[in-house]
Amino acid sequence: MEKRVTFDHRLLPYLLLTPQLVVTIVFFFWPAAQALYQSLLLPDPFGLSSRFVWLSNFEYLFNDRYYLEAFTTTAVFTFFVTLVSMSMALLFAVLADQVIKGASTYKTLLIWPYAVAPAVAGVMWLFMFQPSIGVLAFYMKAVGVPWNPVLDGTHAMTLVILAAAWKQISYNFLFFLAGLQAIPKSLIEAAAIDGAGKWHRFRTIVFPLLSPTTFFLLVVNVVYAFFETFGIIHTMTAGGPGRSTTILVYKVYSDGFVGQDLGSSAAQSVILMLVVGVLTIIQFRYIERRVHY
Amino acid sequence: MATISIRDIRKSYGNTEVIHGVSIDVADGEFIVIVGPSGCGKSTLLRMVAGLERITGGTIDIGGRVVNELEPRERDIAMVFQNYALYPHMSVFDNMAYGLKIAGQSKEEIRARVDKAAAMLQLEPYLDRKPRALSGGQRQRVAMGRALVRDPAVFLFDEPLSNLDAKLRVQMRLEIKQLQRSVGTTSLYVTHDQVEAMTLADRLVVMNGGIAEQIDTPMAVYERPATRFVAGFIGSPAMNMLEGTAKGSIFALEGGGRLTFGDAELAETERPVLLGVRPEHLKLAASDEAALELSVTAVETLGADTLAHGSLSGANGAGSALVARLPGSVKVTPGDTLPLAIDARSVHLFDAETGRRV
Ligand SMILES: Nc1ncnc2c1ncn2[C@@H]1O[C@H](COP(=O)(O)OP(=O)(O)O)[C@@H](O)[C@H]1O
Ligand SMILES: [Mg+2]
Repeated sequence: MEKRVTFDHRLLPYLLLTPQLVVTIVFFFWPAAQALYQSLLLPDPFGLSSRFVWLSNFEYLFNDRYYLEAFTTTAVFTFFVTLVSMSMALLFAVLADQVIKGASTYKTLLIWPYAVAPAVAGVMWLFMFQPSIGVLAFYMKAVGVPWNPVLDGTHAMTLVILAAAWKQISYNFLFFLAGLQAIPKSLIEAAAIDGAGKWHRFRTIVFPLLSPTTFFLLVVNVVYAFFETFGIIHTMTAGGPGRSTTILVYKVYSDGFVGQDLGSSAAQSVILMLVVGVLTIIQFRYIERRVHY
Repeated sequence: MATISIRDIRKSYGNTEVIHGVSIDVADGEFIVIVGPSGCGKSTLLRMVAGLERITGGTIDIGGRVVNELEPRERDIAMVFQNYALYPHMSVFDNMAYGLKIAGQSKEEIRARVDKAAAMLQLEPYLDRKPRALSGGQRQRVAMGRALVRDPAVFLFDEPLSNLDAKLRVQMRLEIKQLQRSVGTTSLYVTHDQVEAMTLADRLVVMNGGIAEQIDTPMAVYERPATRFVAGFIGSPAMNMLEGTAKGSIFALEGGGRLTFGDAELAETERPVLLGVRPEHLKLAASDEAALELSVTAVETLGADTLAHGSLSGANGAGSALVARLPGSVKVTPGDTLPLAIDARSVHLFDAETGRRV
């Protein structure tokens, strides 16, 4: 059944849409258009005038070793953030699904990290793992684990991945838990009677039935790792040491605002916009064709 | 194949006991139907046999082995669920093969067993389909097939037909009965539908409020209901119940008036009882032979039968509600007064306090 609201007045629908449209235009289309325009310009060294250079900003980017390096860094970062946060969330959701007493307390506690701002989360993890004053760094040193994220690029990467993944676990947890609870209990019972043990049931029944949720979260997490982790990188490593944690969004910022290379920065944001566009299309196409059991 | 012996089984959720000690002995190959109103504990009982609910007290023995502490998969049972519980992401074939694969059967063996079950259930054209592409009746068959292929010692059914429409239900009822006959597997079948219960069962277990009120063959339950509850639950329309006192061959109705049963002895000493008589045992009679008069307020025409609803009128206990099942050929209209006779042999007496059969 389709629900339809009918308006007597022809202008009313447009009037009602106006606030939403204004917000979208001012805060999305306008800056996007600006970035697109900027990406085709090259300012002079003093920033006094700009020259139209067609696509040479893009051409330059794809010949820039550092830019291609940032792609690899982003890929590694995104892969591990997604993997860690989704697998931890799934584990917690499976455990929470079995809890009977105190289930709501447990769920509430698991949701809290989501309310922490990225910058705050970054600072918190930074403190815990800071080589000279961090609590956890102290214990790691005590048991002899070499640890210095300030100097070692791999350590720094590990740290930002953990912090970024930690923040996203709550979100994934909520969706996984809802997905688990939507699986009829009788299916699990039928499988148990058919002789399947716990792990086999999970592998052959639960996990396949969760796949719509898993796919949805996969896209959401990739988008998160690509774009929303700026605050974490900025507070924890500022893209360093070296360029070891400079992911694409961070490079947009550092090239544009620190390096003052507005043309290149704008070109990079245009490329990122394309990435988001592709991810969105994938997600929409999939959701449209989503299998309903 | 196996016997099942349920001994004084109890189940509590927290401090609330919902099954208050039920004992049932099931012979090898027997088809037992557990019937009772919604919420009486039928599913709980069945799920304890399956191993899906912990047993609070008593023992369950399947094939001479106490299974209280065994996992469902160690009990050699198969269960058919009310909502079928088919694996939605697997084809019909994979649904049926799931248990066999886990049991480590060879590919050929699995193929052979599934094909055989599919043939019995006329599922061959659908083996590659997903459950969502099947009708309700076909899904029901797949659920049966999944139980069948494993060739377990016991089949458990929890209201397997209640999601089907009336016509399909009748058809599947027959198929289940024939299937069970042909494979001869001991079966426990739960339903709230008394027609299903009567038609399927070798023996019935009538449950109410967490206890088994009567365990007997369908005919014995119909002819000699052990309690007032069973009398009212089995049979449609329900048995008429009249309150009063019995002494000798005379039944004195609560609301005044009396019924006399010739030389039949109802009770030696005077006692308050419920007198039950089934609607089909009330017969039209000549006015001077009638035991009572029914003043008709509503008529239901079923074709073969006509149900006359109304209340007792005249000298004999005005007011009590009563239903009579008369032959379809009898013309009755609301407002009629029907003289009815009762055969003393078809009268049931229940103790007014305990509800037990006298
Ligand atoms: N998990 C449970 N927790 C508490 N009470 C339950 C639970 N499952 C069933 N019950 C109670 O046990 C009684 C019997 O339930 P059930 O066996 O499902 O009845 P039936 O199958 O005969 O309709 C009901 O009163 C129901 O409320
Ligand atoms: Mg039930």
